Amino acid sequence: MFRFIVRRLLLLIPTLFGLSILLFIWLHRLPGGPETAILGERGTPEMRAQIRRNLGLDEPLLIQYGRFMKRLLQFDLGTSISTKREVTTEFLQRFPGTVELTITAMVIAIGIGIPLGYLAARRNGSILDYASVGGSLLGTCIPIFFLAYVLKAIFAESLGWFPAIGRQDSSINATHPTNFFVLDGLMTREWDAAADAIWHLILPGLALASIPLAIIVRITRASVLEVLGEDFVRTAEAKGLTERVVRRRHVLRNAMLPVATSIGLLTGLLLSGAVLTETVFGFSGIGLFLYEAISNRDYPVLQGFILLIAVIFTLVNLAVDVSYSLIDPRVRVR
Amino acid sequence: MALLDVEDLSVTFQRRGQRTVHAVDGVSFSVDAGEVVALVGESGCGKSVTSLALMGLLPRRGAKVGGSANFDGTDLLAQDQRSMRDIRGRDVAMIFQDPLSSLNPVIPVGIQVTEVLVRHRGMSGDAARKEAAELLDRVGIPDPRRRLKEYPHQLSGGMRQRALIAIAVACRPRLLIADEPTTALDVTIQAQILELLKELVRDSNTALIMITHDLGVVAGMCDTINVLYAGRVVESAQRRELFAAPRHPYTVGLLRSIPRLDAGRGEKLTPIPGSVRDVLPWVEGCAFAPRCNRRIDACVGAPPAMVPTHTGHSYRCVNPVPVEEKQ
Repeated sequence: MFRFIVRRLLLLIPTLFGLSILLFIWLHRLPGGPETAILGERGTPEMRAQIRRNLGLDEPLLIQYGRFMKRLLQFDLGTSISTKREVTTEFLQRFPGTVELTITAMVIAIGIGIPLGYLAARRNGSILDYASVGGSLLGTCIPIFFLAYVLKAIFAESLGWFPAIGRQDSSINATHPTNFFVLDGLMTREWDAAADAIWHLILPGLALASIPLAIIVRITRASVLEVLGEDFVRTAEAKGLTERVVRRRHVLRNAMLPVATSIGLLTGLLLSGAVLTETVFGFSGIGLFLYEAISNRDYPVLQGFILLIAVIFTLVNLAVDVSYSLIDPRVRVR
Repeated sequence: MALLDVEDLSVTFQRRGQRTVHAVDGVSFSVDAGEVVALVGESGCGKSVTSLALMGLLPRRGAKVGGSANFDGTDLLAQDQRSMRDIRGRDVAMIFQDPLSSLNPVIPVGIQVTEVLVRHRGMSGDAARKEAAELLDRVGIPDPRRRLKEYPHQLSGGMRQRALIAIAVACRPRLLIADEPTTALDVTIQAQILELLKELVRDSNTALIMITHDLGVVAGMCDTINVLYAGRVVESAQRRELFAAPRHPYTVGLLRSIPRLDAGRGEKLTPIPGSVRDVLPWVEGCAFAPRCNRRIDACVGAPPAMVPTHTGHSYRCVNPVPVEEKQ
């Protein structure tokens, strides 16, 4: 198991190396450059050239790449062109927001999705079953920005139950040692700050949960249906075990295998940022920042963020593989 | 009075928009304590459905069960789900066909053995583990303490079937139902498993219903044999009687289709022509008539009745095979 993890981590190095080359080529091939974003349409060719020179963009791509790699080896991702702050600082400030949003969305999706999918399978062919299958189809069909706007219009603007925007109310003057606002509030014992941060997470979390929820319902339902027809469930019934034991020990545990895989993939996906949800709710996570970085051709931010997201995605997948081998003894990793 | 008296058992499957299927159609037989009774037939003849009906394991929706199965004073077919859960695994236990798929792949063998002890014998923790190890030892699994911690995929096919048998006999049931217990195993292991079953039944005076399509299995261990065809018993006799003087053409067909060591060189096996799908509904006559080489006009029109003989041998045929013909 230990060797498996180490090997997978070592594999990260060539992956990131390849990704960095592709990224570099792709970014510098994009039409326009940071000078356009800074100067707008009006800049003279001389001013543009000056900016490019200052940023070191006039040199050959290979040299630029070499310089980038040299800094990367010292864990320095450079400085953002538009905010003039270090890319690492920007990431550490924004990524916690994305993590909190992802956790909220996945808690909602898993908390509702697995029980609902399970019930739908147990009552196969019932109204509940059709409703959950139909509902999950709807969930994947509704555009997320539309859902986000509807949620915001109803629950924030009309009813006023939830805040419409931001990660925390500006009137709360909380300290942020980690930038995980909920965690910060708990650590500094500023309970109202933590509660307010959670409050701000609910609507964007719901909007973001819609697609994972729909997927988890369907996979759970299909998986439980399949396991219910397995011979070992019949054996368990033949032993006269109580329904509770049959359900928990024999059905659910086996049915969770495919669900665990999809939960891992979905978590990785959400962690790469949710541009639409963050935009609608003015939620400061990496999605919104990345989006702006693309329009500004903020090369250092794009390179740095995408590489970091790749690392996190790989780690999440590794965690899924490890957890899989814990649930299913047949998949013992070597 | 027998331990189990199955009287006129019928199972019909009804699905919306489809025609009703009579999987089992008036099956009667009885089993005494310590007796081994066989239900023999091709796939689709209703033998597995019979066993699932007795266990109360048929799907709740779509299956309709009729008749009665008197097990020492209780009608197994009339029990509700809750009391069936108390009976299953404790008084009546079952061994299934495919030992790999019949064991839960993600749970250690030990828990799968102990859970039945916990459920029915009120054991817990160490006592249950100790008893489980003894059970595995009794069914011939070496190094049982280590095996308890292993998962089904780490055991060989024969071991898995032994583990399933250990689970089935864990609460010393009075009736054991074995549904094709050796079909998924290779021949040498088959013999060992049958030997084990024979031993367990003899030592504990358990009644055993052996469900099989393999007359070789039957010849080795069963006392009474019921041959099923299209959901009905077509012949019922003591083992000796049946092998020496089969009367129903279907039984004769089954016996002829077994390869024999003492057959002449180059002698071909005689398969029964047609397939189980070519059946006549019993109400219109003998279901076997479309495949039968002794068919006469009387076979069609009315369902044939069971004809008893003075030896306890009975058959459902209007034109039975004469006793001499077999010699």
